[in-house]
Amino acid sequence: MIAFIKRYEGLWLFVHSPAAIVAAIVATLIILGAVFAPWLALVNPYDLASFSLFDGLLPPVWEEGANPRYLLGTDDQGRDMISSILYGARLSLVIGLSALTIAAVLGVGLGLAAGYYGGRFDAIVMRIADVQLALPAILTALLIDGIARGILPAAVQQDLRVAVLTLAIALSLWVNFARTARASTFVQMNKEYVQAAIMMGQRPSRIMFVHILPNILGPLLVIMTVDLASAILLEATLSFLGIGLPADSPSLGTLIRIGMQFLLSGEWWILWIPTLLLVALVVSINILGDFLRDVFNPRLR
Amino acid sequence: MLTITDLAVKFPSRFGDFTAIEDVDMVIKPGEIHGLVGESGAGKSTVGAAVIGLLQSPGYIAHGSLTLGDTDLRTLTPEQAHAVRGDRISMIFQDPQTSLNPLMTIEDQLIETIQAHADVSTAAARQRAVDLLEEIGIKNAAERIKAYPHQFSGGMRQRVVIALAICTDPELIIADEPTTALDVAVQSQVLKLIQRLAKDRKIAFMLITHDIGVIAQVADRVTVMRKGRVMETGETAQVLGAPRHPYTRALMDAVPPLDYRIDRFRVPQEEGADFERSLGQKAEDWLLAGVQGAPTGLTLQNLYVRFAGPRTSLFRKPEPYVALNDVSLTVRPGSIMGLVGESGSGKSTLAKAITGLVKPSDGTMILGDEVLPGGKARDRHHPSRQLVQMVFQDPYSSLNSRHRIGAVLEEPLWFYGFVKDADQRKELAASMLALVGMQPDAIDKYPHQFSGGQRQRIAVARALLARPRFLICDEPTSALDVSIQAEILNLLKDLQAKFGLTILFISHNLTVVRQMADDTAVLRNGKIEEIGKTEDVYERPQAAYTKSLLALTPVMQRASFAVAAHD
Repeated sequence: MIAFIKRYEGLWLFVHSPAAIVAAIVATLIILGAVFAPWLALVNPYDLASFSLFDGLLPPVWEEGANPRYLLGTDDQGRDMISSILYGARLSLVIGLSALTIAAVLGVGLGLAAGYYGGRFDAIVMRIADVQLALPAILTALLIDGIARGILPAAVQQDLRVAVLTLAIALSLWVNFARTARASTFVQMNKEYVQAAIMMGQRPSRIMFVHILPNILGPLLVIMTVDLASAILLEATLSFLGIGLPADSPSLGTLIRIGMQFLLSGEWWILWIPTLLLVALVVSINILGDFLRDVFNPRLR
Repeated sequence: MLTITDLAVKFPSRFGDFTAIEDVDMVIKPGEIHGLVGESGAGKSTVGAAVIGLLQSPGYIAHGSLTLGDTDLRTLTPEQAHAVRGDRISMIFQDPQTSLNPLMTIEDQLIETIQAHADVSTAAARQRAVDLLEEIGIKNAAERIKAYPHQFSGGMRQRVVIALAICTDPELIIADEPTTALDVAVQSQVLKLIQRLAKDRKIAFMLITHDIGVIAQVADRVTVMRKGRVMETGETAQVLGAPRHPYTRALMDAVPPLDYRIDRFRVPQEEGADFERSLGQKAEDWLLAGVQGAPTGLTLQNLYVRFAGPRTSLFRKPEPYVALNDVSLTVRPGSIMGLVGESGSGKSTLAKAITGLVKPSDGTMILGDEVLPGGKARDRHHPSRQLVQMVFQDPYSSLNSRHRIGAVLEEPLWFYGFVKDADQRKELAASMLALVGMQPDAIDKYPHQFSGGQRQRIAVARALLARPRFLICDEPTSALDVSIQAEILNLLKDLQAKFGLTILFISHNLTVVRQMADDTAVLRNGKIEEIGKTEDVYERPQAAYTKSLLALTPVMQRASFAVAAHD
């Protein structure tokens, strides 16, 4: 085991970094909870029949008047808080990960091509990226939401809320990927192995994806973790502001928005529990991203 | 006087402690230039870092003693060590570009250093700084001192670095490759300055270098290191003239001479030579089967390459920068053409023009009897893309570090459609590795598992697997140690003779070209200064530029050392 760890520098650094270990444990627990939510949760918060209004506003077990069935209490609808945050995290992660995937594919593809071809194509792509950066994510989301409302029939609009939200987040994140991929590609273009491939007359697509892409994956992986945290936060922000998901299919952001109403009336747990989970998830992902950055960039160590 | 006894430095790592240097003993007297020579990884810089107390973390001195005069350098507290640094021991670094602060004038940097070590007024410090600059040969120092580092040339900057090092009257200066980043003309001036300072000011110099020529030129005593251990130490004339240790002898043999041509270099022990060379037979047969007809030559006629220069006005077209200016040369079929020139002379641009990476603005290129289209006009399937191959300068960047050696080598085989069957490709690639002197099982490893010399062999193997007729070698050995350089040069000579390759050999190193080339062209600022048979160019140079290049190239004075070295 020790010999195995020593063989890989990343693993070796990992077992010597307490922050990274704690972050990995927290993130893994939340992700596992989200993945297995249907089996772990007491009630299904999307299914109105599985909970009852009579159980509403119960506090966590350590407070007076709690019902031991609901460990972290319930909200005003009588939904179990644990079940809500598990399902909420599940939705947040699904949206975050799919938005990240779209952003990465779009951004890396455009960035690689911009770095490889340079010149006019590069200028056009990067100017589009600049414009995109000037638009706040919320505006992008509103824009896409508005377009979707305009062109889609009302019947499918509700079903497509998740897709619209995902697209909006992806569109505000791809720029990061494109910029990093472009800058790293520029560096690689001067390396002699790329020149050798160009000299041979290999197809540009092969040079980009087979030769260059594996060599720029390091920084991109770092961006991926950091941007996963941003994507989850962005989703929470949009849902909190009411542009995102509605109250009947709550993500973490929606849960926090609902909780806001009870902040001053004594039912603090409805706000605090999803907030703490969101903070724990985002902080641990960010710590892991920082750790990955150290592994891939020995000069910062 | 610096005394080092039984010094050992270790670096803890995840595989246990790594011993960087061990059993190092050395004495440097005042006014003595002590050369510390060795190849990369020999630990010579670690010795210097240990003396000045700047070992890179987490390295530490395991045992041994370091004394400067009466001071035991190992028992100093960090504050005391800080006071000794700069005051009694100074350092000159390799790269004058980065060892000066670009945002401070020379004046400020000198005054800052002087005042940090002596309690003097700013005016007095300035006066001393001006005197120092005059002493190290900067004319008009009172005025020039107000300049920023970028306003000085590379050689002048290294002089300023030396002024910084001597401004506190140190007893010892550690010079770590002080001339490696400089062109030959500037190098000899800087070395002369060091020699003068040692004599006039009685400063002891530890001169760390990989270049035996530099040692032969200035060092009084020399210590030869290898793999963290001292191989041999003594008077320069004695060590270079009558080397006792076989390694010193091998190192001397590997240095190419400037004044005559040798057939093959004697190489200490060939890396990975402990296997059957017959494994390479398959690759050799395959290469010979691909040789059709006579060797292929190359002719360049009035070639120009112009790049867009810096824009000076929004409305005016920028003046072009002329990288190649009316270059005409002929590489005879089956011969080696050497191309020499200093940095920025356009050597690499010429290689790029031939390979189609750069588009010539004017002129014709003829390969064999076919005109080569330039730049993007040469389509991806043009036959020259297979016939012309290139061995690059930097073996650390010429192999894709994410691909296995097998993938790197098999690429030309399937790309040019030579071998359809995957197993046969692998077999041939493995055999080619044997042909260039490597273990065939290297095929499953990644580039980072190999040394620079081994990687350069792999790069040569890749070029050969395209069945080239014309090979361009762009500084193929300048990133390598001399003994490895000798191996690679031997390999290229063998391959050229065996397969009738035509080679364009590009180098800034005149001695290497002398050993390799049949014809030599001298390039300067994009223009050919001189071209002719190698013997003629070296023995009877016509152009003044060639003469000065030859005169300034440091060579070991073979005549005085030769007797013992070749017994």
